[in-house]
Amino acid sequence: MESTIIKSRGFNASFGNNHVVKNVNIDIPRNQVVAVMGPSGCGKTTYLRCINRMHELIPGATSSGEMTINNEDIYQMHPIFVRLKIGMVFQRPNPFPNLSIYDNVIAGYKLNGIKLAKADRDRVVEHSLTRVALWNEVKDSLNKKGSFLSGGQQQRLCIARAVAMEPEVLLFDEPTSALDPISTSTVEELFHELKVNYTLIIVTHNMQQAARVSDKTAFFYLGELVEYDETKTMFTNPKDNRTQNYITGRFS
Amino acid sequence: MDTSVENSMVTRSDLPLRVIDSAKASDAVRIKNRIRRSFRQIRTESIFKRTLVIMGMLMVILVLGILLTLIVQSLPSIKSLGLKYLWGRVWDPVQDIYGAWPFLLGTLLSSFLALIISIPFSIAVAIFLGEYYPKGWLPDLLKNTVELIAAVPSVIYGFWGLAVLVPIVRNMESHIGVEPVGVGIFSSSLILAVMIIPYAASLGRSMIQMVPSPLKEAAYGLGATRWEVIRSVVLPYTKSGLFAGVLLSLGRALGETMAVTMVIGNTSLIPKNIFAPGNTMASVIANEFTEADKAVYLSALIELGLVLFLVTVVINMIGKRIIDRFTNE
Amino acid sequence: MNIGSVKYRIGKSYGFQILTIILAFACVIPLIAILIFIIRAGITKINWHFLVNIPKPVGEAGGGIANALLGSIIIIAVASIIAVPIGILAGIYLSENRKSRLAYWCRLCVDILQGVPSIVIGIVAYFWLVKPLGGFSALSGSVALAIMMLPIVVRSTEETLKLLPDTLKEAAFALGMPFHRVIFKVIVPVGISGILSGVMLSIARITGETAPLLFTAFGNPYLSANLTKPMQSLPLLIFNYATSPYNDWHDLAWGASLILLLWVLFLNIFTKLITRKWKVQL
Repeated sequence: MESTIIKSRGFNASFGNNHVVKNVNIDIPRNQVVAVMGPSGCGKTTYLRCINRMHELIPGATSSGEMTINNEDIYQMHPIFVRLKIGMVFQRPNPFPNLSIYDNVIAGYKLNGIKLAKADRDRVVEHSLTRVALWNEVKDSLNKKGSFLSGGQQQRLCIARAVAMEPEVLLFDEPTSALDPISTSTVEELFHELKVNYTLIIVTHNMQQAARVSDKTAFFYLGELVEYDETKTMFTNPKDNRTQNYITGRFS
Repeated sequence: MDTSVENSMVTRSDLPLRVIDSAKASDAVRIKNRIRRSFRQIRTESIFKRTLVIMGMLMVILVLGILLTLIVQSLPSIKSLGLKYLWGRVWDPVQDIYGAWPFLLGTLLSSFLALIISIPFSIAVAIFLGEYYPKGWLPDLLKNTVELIAAVPSVIYGFWGLAVLVPIVRNMESHIGVEPVGVGIFSSSLILAVMIIPYAASLGRSMIQMVPSPLKEAAYGLGATRWEVIRSVVLPYTKSGLFAGVLLSLGRALGETMAVTMVIGNTSLIPKNIFAPGNTMASVIANEFTEADKAVYLSALIELGLVLFLVTVVINMIGKRIIDRFTNE
Repeated sequence: MNIGSVKYRIGKSYGFQILTIILAFACVIPLIAILIFIIRAGITKINWHFLVNIPKPVGEAGGGIANALLGSIIIIAVASIIAVPIGILAGIYLSENRKSRLAYWCRLCVDILQGVPSIVIGIVAYFWLVKPLGGFSALSGSVALAIMMLPIVVRSTEETLKLLPDTLKEAAFALGMPFHRVIFKVIVPVGISGILSGVMLSIARITGETAPLLFTAFGNPYLSANLTKPMQSLPLLIFNYATSPYNDWHDLAWGASLILLLWVLFLNIFTKLITRKWKVQL
């Protein structure tokens, strides 16, 4: 049994009276890639956003149940600490438009008021950009604004920004749905390298992507975690009918 | 729509015996009527379209007319006093000495002081309504109340200032050790500050509401607190919009006449400090226009009006340009 | 990153939130103070006598503001008659011609007009109407106020009509309607609520204006309905009597202030409610 980093027990989430995540029990293993898939509206994005407590930023949003990281209750910690341990990459690349590439990467440090010596800052920037295979492409234009990069490069910049904070877990909310196929494959290659140092949870509506990149897959349907298994098993021998129907394309 | 058809139908049913004849006649009439009406409609249409264009031109003519009138009426003063007039330090119409510097200084002091006092409040309202509480009955009430501040007539601000604020300021001045006049630049700045809050506030609010959530979410995701998100994402993003709001407030302050006239003390001397009485360009025009007995005197006042016009127009235009560029991004 | 500094940041965040709330609501204090003060100072002065009499000479008690009330109504009415048709037509012109050069300059000039200080408009109206006609007159005051109303009417008409879908016009044209009928029988009726609220807004704006009337309508101690002679208006009376040294006149000014304030506030609130109600139905 691999060691578990994130655990949910009986976790629920709602928007007002709309109950969108129902009684989820899941163990996320350390240093692996877990894909979360399911049809639109099945609650997978909401669940993801509950892990780093972004869900509660929406007025009227509530949640209940147990969610722990390293056996510490996420909902007892202050959200800032949670987000320092669990980083997030969003669907649309959102680098800060008024900051340069360099400043975007260390934006997390600036925002949290952590002062680093210049040498340390340079090291963090180079390290993070290398981790996302962007260093060679931008090392000569670190002072240019982030918005000049292509979509795929911007998304990798956002991953670098999250990675720079050295979190333990990285959450990805449909990270390649706004990218072209080539950028998509570049980002997917990153997942393999990133899981050496981080645990990745990736929400995707693209089944093939889930099959390609993940070690384990969770299938959500109508707010419930229907099945959670090794990816190979999930796609070749699913145990639940609903999983079978989704995989064979009966609904999407 | 085509009523002649109905009319001729009525005619036809009334006189069945003469159907063929009247059909031919009423056909001809009908067609003639329709052609006549079409011509009439076409003529009216083109008259109307031309009227619209004239109305459009009227706006331009109006502004040009205002500018022209101001320039023409300032010419006597420009000719005889020259450009030195603008930094002349003495205004003494009795002795035919005209210098506009006291009023330029008074205007600048009172407007900028009012701006400095009002900006924290305007920005607070903008952030409160744009970021913290965009929805709800209480924020709506605040929004409408702040807008009502702009609706109160300036004479009423002036009268209240004269009756309530000036004695308070006079009291305060006697404690500080300044000459306790009460009226002066400081009092007028206070009243102005209240009056111009709504302008920067409402523009700031709409700018802040336009900050895209993905940007804020990125900052939250990196562990920022609410205030840190506002300071490092929202405010930088809306920097130019907020600046435009400040410009709009400034434009309003520069042109304000009545409230300032009633509280500023109406002295044409250069104010020694911000508690001293003084005059602004607008207030000296209001006070002395009807008493200007010499052509040069009147013309000098008009020249002040011209300067006021040009300055406020430029400031407003810059502000509007910034807003247009911001909303079209 | 230690717990201490995070607590500090969280505290700072709450602190700024509270500061923002305090400053935001503090803005309202002067307004409420003014309202309360004027109500208290003016309410005792208002009675029927006050409303139907003209001011008495200094020293005599009593008197009222009838001349100012009538004057305000007349001047505003005439200003509206001048500004509303021109403004609506200009607004229609702008909404129909988005791209032409004249429309660009026209829009620019409307924006400029909105920012012109009211005293400058008073000066201009003086030279256009008072000097040539040889004396102060209510008409010149109305013209000055009309110039101030124009930008608001034009803008709101243009904005309202711009929001209407093009298909509305197309349907009317396809039925063979000439342009002027399309505008007046189809477009304007649908947009009438936006246009009317622009008109009401402009009236609310000029009701309290004093500066443009200082050298045009000038003021008149007697009741007059003559457009070619000077006329009193409520804000003018307040200005003149408030800055005078006589207590009797101050009393008149307080009563007048209360009436003016209530009038203006009522107009503004009414316009807001109507706009909200109509916008919902639109």
